[in-house]
Order: sequence, then C-alpha cells, then structure tokens
Amino acid sequence: MNFLGNKWIGEWLEGLGQLTLLAREAALSLFTFKVAWRDLLYQAYFTGVKSQSVVLVTGAFTGMVLSAQTYMQFHKVKMDTATLAVVSISMCSELGPVLTGLMVAGRVGAAIAAELGTMRVTEQIDALRTLATHPVDYLVVPRVLALLLVLPLLTAEAIVVGIASGYVVGVYLMGIDPIYLWANAQRYTTLADVTIGLIKAVIFGGIVGLIGCYKGMSCGEGAQGVGRATTEAVVFSSITILISNFFLTLTLGQALHTL
Amino acid sequence: MIEVRDLRKSFGPHVVLDGVSFRIEKGESIVIIGRSGGGKSVLLKHLIGLLKPDAGEVLIEGKNIVPMNEREMLPVRRKFGVLFQSAALFDSMTVAENVGFAFRRDRSLSEPEIARRVAEMLEMVDLPGTESKNPSELSGGMRKRVGLARAIIYQPEIVLYDEPTTGLDPIMSDSIDHLMLRVRDRLRVTTVVVTHDMRSARRLGQRILMLHEQKIYATGSADEIFESKDRVVRQFIDGISDEKEMTMKPQSL
Repeated sequence: MNFLGNKWIGEWLEGLGQLTLLAREAALSLFTFKVAWRDLLYQAYFTGVKSQSVVLVTGAFTGMVLSAQTYMQFHKVKMDTATLAVVSISMCSELGPVLTGLMVAGRVGAAIAAELGTMRVTEQIDALRTLATHPVDYLVVPRVLALLLVLPLLTAEAIVVGIASGYVVGVYLMGIDPIYLWANAQRYTTLADVTIGLIKAVIFGGIVGLIGCYKGMSCGEGAQGVGRATTEAVVFSSITILISNFFLTLTLGQALHTL
Repeated sequence: MIEVRDLRKSFGPHVVLDGVSFRIEKGESIVIIGRSGGGKSVLLKHLIGLLKPDAGEVLIEGKNIVPMNEREMLPVRRKFGVLFQSAALFDSMTVAENVGFAFRRDRSLSEPEIARRVAEMLEMVDLPGTESKNPSELSGGMRKRVGLARAIIYQPEIVLYDEPTTGLDPIMSDSIDHLMLRVRDRLRVTTVVVTHDMRSARRLGQRILMLHEQKIYATGSADEIFESKDRVVRQFIDGISDEKEMTMKPQSL
C-alpha cells in the first residue's frame, strides 16, 4: 500500500515536472522564435469561434438559474432588488471564468490531446522532429497562445450573456423593478471583480492548453493510449481549474480589492 | 559518418539493445536485418536522436548527439531524411504541403519555387500530379512514396528507411526497392535500411548488419551474409521457424 502510494506520488510529481518543462520550453519558444501566424489564427478560430454555442448556452442558463434562485431566497428577506448584483458579481469573478474554462477544457483541451496523441502514435510527431521542426514551436505554441488570447474573450462573452439573461429573468419572470435592479448591480459590481475574472480566464487558458498538449504529446500507444490521454487531459485540466480558482480568488481578491 | 558505440537501451525490464557498436561510412548503403520486435527500428531511431539511449554514444560526423537537447539536435537532423514505417504523413495536409513542409517552415524559398521543387520530387517518386490529394486518399505504397519525397526534398546526406516494404504487395515492394536505388544513385546519399525483407536486403545492401539477441550478431557484405554457414544467420535468411527442420534438410545449408 505504501509502495503504491509512493509510486502514485512519484508519477504525479514527474508529470508536474514535465509539465513545467513544457511550459518553460513554450515560453522560450514564444519569445525567441517567430510564431506561425497562420497556425495561430487557425487555432484561435477553432478555439474561439467554434466554442461560441457552448459558451453562450452555458453563460445564459447559468445567469438565469442564478437569478431565479437568488430572487427566491432574497424575496424572503425583501431584498429583491439586490438579485442582479449577486448574479453580476458571481458571474464576473467566479462562474464566468470557471464555467467557460471547464467548457473549453471539455471541448478544446480534449481535441488538442486527441489530435496530438494521434499524431504521436502515428509517428507524425517523430516525422516533424526529423524535418528539423521542434514540436513545441509548431504544435504547442500556437495552441497555448490561442487559448491565452481567446479564453478571456469567451469569458467576457459568458459574463455579458449571463448578466443579461439574469436581468431578463429578474424583470420579466420575477417582476423585480428594473431601475433599482440595474442600479444595484452597477453599484456593487466593481472593476476589480471584472479584472479578477479576466485574469483567471487567461490563467485557465494556459492550464487547458498546456495540459492538453502535454497529455497529447506524452500519450501511450494505440487507440487506448489516445483515449486515455484525452480523458486525462479533460479531468486534470478541470480539476486544476477548480483548485487553482480557490487560491486565485484568495490572492487576486486581496491584491485587487485593497488597491 | 555515423558511429555507434556500445549502445544500450531497455524499456522497463525489457532489454532491447545491449552493447551495439558499428560504423557507417559516407556513401555506404547499409541494411540492418533482424527479427520483428528485435530492436531494429529502435536502433534506427537512436541514429537521429528520436530516442535517448540508456548508455553509449551516437556520433554523427564526429559529434556525439546523445547529450544534445531537442533544439541542439535540429541542425543535425537537417542532414537526415527519414521514411517511417507508416510513412507518417501529416494527415491534416495535402500531398504538396507534406512534401514542401521543410521549405515552408524555414521560409527560405518563395511559394512558386517550393511548388516547382515539390512537383520535381513527386515526379521522381513516380507520383506526378498528386499535389492536391489528401493522404487518406492514397494507398499504402503511394503514401510511402510521398513520405520518401518529403524526406529527400531538402537533399539530406543520409536517408534512413524504417521497414520500407513492410505491408506492401510484392510488386509494390519491388518498385519501392527500385525507388530506393534510384534515390541512392541520383542523390548520392548514405543509405540505412532496416528491413526483414530478404529481397530488399540483397538488392540494397552493400553491407548487412544482423541484429540478434540485442547485439550485432553478424556483419559482412551482402554475399558474405547470404552465403553464411552460421546457423542463426541461415535460419533467418531462409525463414525457418523450427530449428529441427534445419537439421533435417542439411542441403539448404
């Protein structure tokens, strides 16, 4: 049992080390070599434009349910008009970035791991290396960079849609006074909330991209290997997003609110 | 040109190479034979640093590539062209994009110039006019040809072939053999072929190395190997799985 535990921790630490090395290599490559703009554009299109429907639906329904639930609780204590303020703050600093991050991890992170994993098992990554091309320059950098740029945009979109649909539910379904509702939302949502959300989104973008690429490039043999890499990419990036979110809330919250 | 010194490699408890040493001179054409799963492809991958050995050295023109990192290795790999067992074409690209990949990456040539060279290479591998096809539309033999065109377009000094005729019908195998000879003679490259196809081995190999039980078991000119009286070599060349059969038919020795 002890041996098993040690082995598991050893593997986990090794993975973490490899991931750090990959991140370092990607950062190095980003600053010293030319980025292939065409590849970056394609990846941004695939990550951003093609994730629209998922992000819109997630943002809208989260905003709606949050608005309805908050109203039902707040109504008991006659705080109806504070409903949208709660929706707005939680969408901006927590739910917007986290849910967008999770959806993108499921859609894009999985796709990256599956694509690079397939390239690995069919020797395409080896072929790339023999053609004097560093796989990090050609495969990792455009994908990670695209996610770093696109995830904040998707998050902003989810926030806007979430607040808007929360407003619609509050005003038209629950019958809250629109003027007070909106005024309170504006009063309590600060620039810091929005900034925290967007900073988180950039970090989550990096997490999804790096873990997806790492899992794909270190994928095991055969179809089974690709399947495992894909699952692990989604599971690990989702868990990392959730855990890091807590610490980001603590640190960013302190840093930005005291400013 | 290539020198391997006491190379050792194991995957977990499974020892694949246990002290392999040999030299390949410039312009030579070498065939490495051995059982499937005997470490031939693993050996080949060590020559261009796709795998790192547990111990030993690989010298390319006098420089040991084993301690190099991936980025230091890139210029060394420029000297090599590799045809993979599965051809390993990039399946998200057309044939032309595959073949012209090396040029498009280093941006030293204009687009029309790349297109011209791609067409020339496809002509050389007997696949003219296939530029806009996707790899999925090609047969196994055609894929290998495209893979070869991609590997030789930038005029490497050494071409490595990983089981070039495996999985092809005898006629296609024959034409790939001819193609390898054509590449060797026209581009004057050093050729290293890993195969268990005895016909290919005989045609291409000026020198044959036989890998057996994790070591180089025999080495010699094609004639020496094919006329060898050694039991292990004989058994492999004649393709006999049952050792008793060899004693029953002494005339085959």
